[in-house]
Amino acid sequence: MELLRQLGKYSLLMAKTFGRPEKGKVFRQRLVDEIDQLGIDSLGLVSIMSVFMGAVTTLQMAVHLENPLVPKSLIGFATRESMILEFSPTMMAVILAGKVGSNISSEIGTMRVKEQIDALDIMGINSANYLIFPKILAALLIFPFLIVVSMALGIGGGYVISLVTGVVAPPVFLEGILDEFKLFHVIYALVKTLFFAFIITSISSYQGYNTSGGALEVGRSSTKGVVQSTILILIMDLVLTKLMLI
Amino acid sequence: MIEIKNINKGFNGVEILKGISNTFEEGKLNLIIGKSGSGKSVLTKCIVGLHEVDDGQVIYDGEVFSDMSRKERKEIRKDIGMLFQAGALFDSLSVEENVMFPLKMFTDMSHEEMLERANECLNMVDIVNKNKLLPSETSGGMQKRIAIARAIAMKPKYLFADEPNSGLDPQTAILVDNLLKKITYELNTTTIVITHDMNSVMEVGDNIMFIHEGQKWWSGNKKSILNTNNKILDDFVYASEFMKQLKGRLS
Repeated sequence: MELLRQLGKYSLLMAKTFGRPEKGKVFRQRLVDEIDQLGIDSLGLVSIMSVFMGAVTTLQMAVHLENPLVPKSLIGFATRESMILEFSPTMMAVILAGKVGSNISSEIGTMRVKEQIDALDIMGINSANYLIFPKILAALLIFPFLIVVSMALGIGGGYVISLVTGVVAPPVFLEGILDEFKLFHVIYALVKTLFFAFIITSISSYQGYNTSGGALEVGRSSTKGVVQSTILILIMDLVLTKLMLI
Repeated sequence: MIEIKNINKGFNGVEILKGISNTFEEGKLNLIIGKSGSGKSVLTKCIVGLHEVDDGQVIYDGEVFSDMSRKERKEIRKDIGMLFQAGALFDSLSVEENVMFPLKMFTDMSHEEMLERANECLNMVDIVNKNKLLPSETSGGMQKRIAIARAIAMKPKYLFADEPNSGLDPQTAILVDNLLKKITYELNTTTIVITHDMNSVMEVGDNIMFIHEGQKWWSGNKKSILNTNNKILDDFVYASEFMKQLKGRLS
């Protein structure tokens, strides 16, 4: 029953969010700010995580593929596929749910408890549209870019570690990277990313928007936003994989 | 002028407001007073439309606001200015951006015109050379005054203030009260102030409504409030030692 009530409230909030912005110029400015805050500010974290994930994946593959009958180029192939199919879109989404999601929940939650959202409503501004819409749109625009960067850096990390440690000869690693490349896998990853971007921003915004109380509740909303987003990302990952790959 | 007729409001089966009716006059400071938890804030939120009334009507200059849709209310909302208890200034915007915010959203003014209007409002509340500061870099009293400047930026017809001098020192509290008085008389606004501060009541109370346990208990002005022979109201008015002494002197 509570789940249905929450779903209803979430749907109503989303209906309120997706309307025509009050003023195009203000909306565009907010969109640019959000792209900067949600996307560009996350670039450093995404880059570091991706390089290390790619490197570790390559090392682990090398450890497990010691059989001389298995071509070493498979290490590069497996690293590429792991990064494109799962690590970049899903792992990065989980990490962004923590970073971006908690940021959104706490920002909107604080505005709620400090009556700033009431102030917007009293002025006649659709507060959900003004606050949430630019965040969702910004994430839909910038997250695919972050994920493509993550894929490239992850594979790059694998190449660098092969160069540094010699677990696989770099030309062989590159051969694996180029082996049987399927553009559809990148498209699949980007489709997942769009869903994840929507989940992270809308769920976190919902939690923040419905905060009541004080600082303690803002913290709780933030945690709820991250936990719910993460669970939904994993469920959606499973559903989309079944629908698109199998 | 704002009229409320037979307002009822409850939450989760608990009745908070019980059939409150009143008229808030234009060009006057209309005070809503009462103990904490008496329903003052809920009533104000019902009047400005942050809460929907369960029953009754809220009428702004003949237009039934409570029956309007969100879109229909928009025009009236542009004429409403509100000062929240904690100011509710936007943390990420500077002082001048806060004041310019409603102008940016609802007018086609150029940046220079908006800035001029913002400075005009900030001068009115005696805030100078603080334009570029963030709200967090200003004092509590200043934040209240900046919030007043933002509330009057659109030259509102209706001004609401929720406990405007809570948390302020006595001098700043009087300054804020006098500012509200000045704005009300100069702009001829219908001003509604929620307070439980008797200093404010005696300073600016043109019309006063006392709420007790969600009901309108008494209404009058700052002179008549001192002699009501109403025990519950007297307990509220003469709660402080100073007011008790004043009562002694008056009698």
